[in-house]
Amino acid sequence: MGLSNPPPVRWLTGSAAPAATLREPQIAGQHGNGNGRSPAHGFVATPRRVAPASFAIDRMQVEDLSVSYGSKLAVDSVSFPIRQGEVLALIGPSGCGKTTLLRSLNRLTELTRTASLTGRITLDGIDIAAMEPTSLRRRVTMVFQQPNPFPMSVFDNVAYVLREQARRRPKRAALRAAVHEALARAGLLDEVSDNLDHPALRLSGGQQQRLCIARALAADPEVLLLDEPCSALDPQSTKVIEDLIVKLREEVAVVIVTHNLQQAYRIADHVAFMYLGELVEYGGVKGIFGAAREARTREYVSGAFG
Amino acid sequence: MVSQDDTFVEASRGIDDDRRAELTLGALVCLVVLLLLGMVAFVLREAWPSFAHNGLAWFGPGGSVDNQIQAIFTSGDLREAAQYTFHAWPIVWSTILTTTGAVVIAFVSALFVAVFIVEFAPDWLKRVLEPVVRLLASVPSVIYGLVGVLVVVPFIGNHLVTQGEKASVTPVIQLSGYSLLAAVLILTVTIAPIMIAIFAEGLRSVPRGWIEGSLALGVNRWRTYWKIAVRTARPALVAGTVLAVARALGEAVMLSMVSGSVGFAPNPADGLIFLFEPSRGLAATIIRNTEELSSPPMKHTLYAIAAVLLFSSAMLSLIGWAAKRPMKRYLVAGGSP
Amino acid sequence: MSAVGAPASPGAVRRSESSSSWRLSDRIGLGFAWLLGLLFCAVAVSIVIYLLIQGVRYVRPSLLVTSPSAGYTQSETGGFLDPMIGTLIVALLAMAIAMPVGIATAVWLSEFARPAGLARVAESTVEMLAGTPSIVLALFGTIIFESPALGFLSQTSGGIVFGRSFFAAGAMLSLVALPLVVSTVREGLQAIPTHVREASYAVGKSKIATTRRVLLPAARPSVITGAMLGVGRVIGDTAIIVVLLGATLNLEGVGGVPLLGTLRGTGSTLTSYIYDNAPTGDYNQPNKAYAAAFVLLVIVLALNAGVDVFARRAKELRWG
Repeated sequence: MGLSNPPPVRWLTGSAAPAATLREPQIAGQHGNGNGRSPAHGFVATPRRVAPASFAIDRMQVEDLSVSYGSKLAVDSVSFPIRQGEVLALIGPSGCGKTTLLRSLNRLTELTRTASLTGRITLDGIDIAAMEPTSLRRRVTMVFQQPNPFPMSVFDNVAYVLREQARRRPKRAALRAAVHEALARAGLLDEVSDNLDHPALRLSGGQQQRLCIARALAADPEVLLLDEPCSALDPQSTKVIEDLIVKLREEVAVVIVTHNLQQAYRIADHVAFMYLGELVEYGGVKGIFGAAREARTREYVSGAFG
Repeated sequence: MVSQDDTFVEASRGIDDDRRAELTLGALVCLVVLLLLGMVAFVLREAWPSFAHNGLAWFGPGGSVDNQIQAIFTSGDLREAAQYTFHAWPIVWSTILTTTGAVVIAFVSALFVAVFIVEFAPDWLKRVLEPVVRLLASVPSVIYGLVGVLVVVPFIGNHLVTQGEKASVTPVIQLSGYSLLAAVLILTVTIAPIMIAIFAEGLRSVPRGWIEGSLALGVNRWRTYWKIAVRTARPALVAGTVLAVARALGEAVMLSMVSGSVGFAPNPADGLIFLFEPSRGLAATIIRNTEELSSPPMKHTLYAIAAVLLFSSAMLSLIGWAAKRPMKRYLVAGGSP
Repeated sequence: MSAVGAPASPGAVRRSESSSSWRLSDRIGLGFAWLLGLLFCAVAVSIVIYLLIQGVRYVRPSLLVTSPSAGYTQSETGGFLDPMIGTLIVALLAMAIAMPVGIATAVWLSEFARPAGLARVAESTVEMLAGTPSIVLALFGTIIFESPALGFLSQTSGGIVFGRSFFAAGAMLSLVALPLVVSTVREGLQAIPTHVREASYAVGKSKIATTRRVLLPAARPSVITGAMLGVGRVIGDTAIIVVLLGATLNLEGVGGVPLLGTLRGTGSTLTSYIYDNAPTGDYNQPNKAYAAAFVLLVIVLALNAGVDVFARRAKELRWG
């Protein structure tokens, strides 16, 4: 795949962008959405992994959400939708509230004593604050930055949720089908199918992370939250997991927090740019990377800061 | 200002220093090891006559232990043919009963209390309980024995044992409150704090990522804690239990104060009354008869008891070490990144 | 445990998960944890309070300064000055042996540890020692100190070495404290990261000099913690005292030499005093026993508080 433009020079100051390499949007206030051109400067042109999403069903809605830790405001009046059928990437520099925002989607912020929320998050129309946290977290599951498989065998890891949520402890034979399916969806089945009793901690980093994804999928969730899942992995494993995420988006709504702008460009359908707790811009991936409305977004995406 | 030559000399002197230090320290350590191994050897040597005379029947039942002890002691004094006949079953059984009872109760309680302290207790209660546990773990056993003999024993003797029960066993023994129940209760209180402290430490060192991971999957706090943390902390559970059993086995002072001074074997077949029957364990027997060490056959018999205790505690250390090894398989990460 | 009430307004958030949705077995488990936790509190508090009350009832300053004497009633039998001195002597003696040997062993295990076989044997032996009942150590002590070679450490009469003295008790008690000192100091040394050692070797200092000048001072909180733990263990032990200290209430020195005579002689400590004055003991004076127990408990409390302070200081010494 040849590049129509050579990789442009990176500018450290965001303001003086040479007109030759930046194409201004024709219509003010509206995002382009796939005009086929390479993205803004500062960016190695990366091919998209797959075609854009074909459908999108609203699953969750964040309405005017603010999260504070004690007196410090971490997330400030954020609103956006989360849809099944597409991947939403939360991008932004470190410490800008992306992880806090992600964790509030499944009420994991409650584990921190000083955290307090205002605003509303709904899942299929129901306020998640009114649900039992345990049932919410089965429908909205999370994969963490550091792979954290439990100190058990591969089978037990994936079967964990199924065993814990059943009325009576199910037999292993009954679970086998569900475990196989979850592992298949996570793209791990081929590699571990010969010995499902292998200790999970002996897998490689990439395999462990896929195991965590399989474990999350075993609960049959509606929304999958991923907190920088590839930051601790090598490029090969990263590629495998990105393919996996794109494949999964039809079945679950995917929200991924990532530092890696190229990754966001590769796999996301919508992008939300967070800066210092504020949602600076939300839009389609081509728009954000090609012709963002806000100056700050353009600067971040072009590498002026981060 | 250090010149090249000075540094070189100093460096080589350093090596000599090190070698000398290593040899000295190593010799000291050797000495300590030899001393301890010598202890084992000596105890076994002194114990041998008693075992040789009785063979395996040493552990078996047969006659009143107290009478045998008396006979052994007097035989030494009178320089007659030394008496060695000793069938220790009643006191062995007493040790087994008290140790098992106390460890089982203490284990269950300590596990729940540790889980409570580490995770579910309110903050202010956590801050109070932790130093309290540490304090209780360091209280000398003689103080527990004192409280036992001045509070628990009279309570059992006067309020829990009925006159009828007392009358029913008068020909054999006296139910005065010095009992198996008192022994198990006080022993539980003695060993529980140590177990709680070790269990709590093990639970606290469970990686937070696993707990969060489980909660994020929608498993409730109790099950998360139970399934993940308790399972991960199993080495600590084993370590704490082994330590507690060792302490319970060797507890001489406290037990000699509350369990009674009769070499009697409580029989569970008697019904619940067996809890009120007095008994005496291995370690307590030694401490009660230390004045008679001057009599050679008595000395050999007491050393035989000590040898049994030594052997059991060594076995316990071994069991503890062996039990931890298979667990490492699942707990230690290792694989190509 | 149960949910804090959540107001109906959309902005508020439930603080914690309610246990009402859990399975019955989970709720029983949680209830059990609470029950046992509170029961433990109750038992602990009642023991401590009971001892304090009884102690306060019976402790009188005069008890702390008068020696025990033979007598028939509680008022005639004097105080427990001698046992208190005995406890002090025995603790000093035991730690005087345990500290140097313990630190040396810890240093060897942590910094040298060659050959590997010896290191493993040493570790296992110290661990075995930690699990050995003190009554067994007491009996072993009789073998050692009754031998004629060591007769100078106790008294001899009619050719038979008595073998019971402060020396004997102190020596065996040092074995009780040794594993604690070794493990605490070793942990303290191992917590010091390698770059500290490497920095010292890089300027040409030998290992032993590094240990003496850099590592041990850095591990001082651990050393002090180990010492306090050892002392706590030593003053709480009764079995060795009962067997090896001779059973005299008062300190009875042997021979003319002032300090040496006391150490060669017999006596008692607070623990053996309590043991003897309990109803199961020879003297059966519960009030005195309570008073002595109170004093002993206060000492243990003070030591515990000290251990807390120094253990925290050891943790605060972050090198990373």
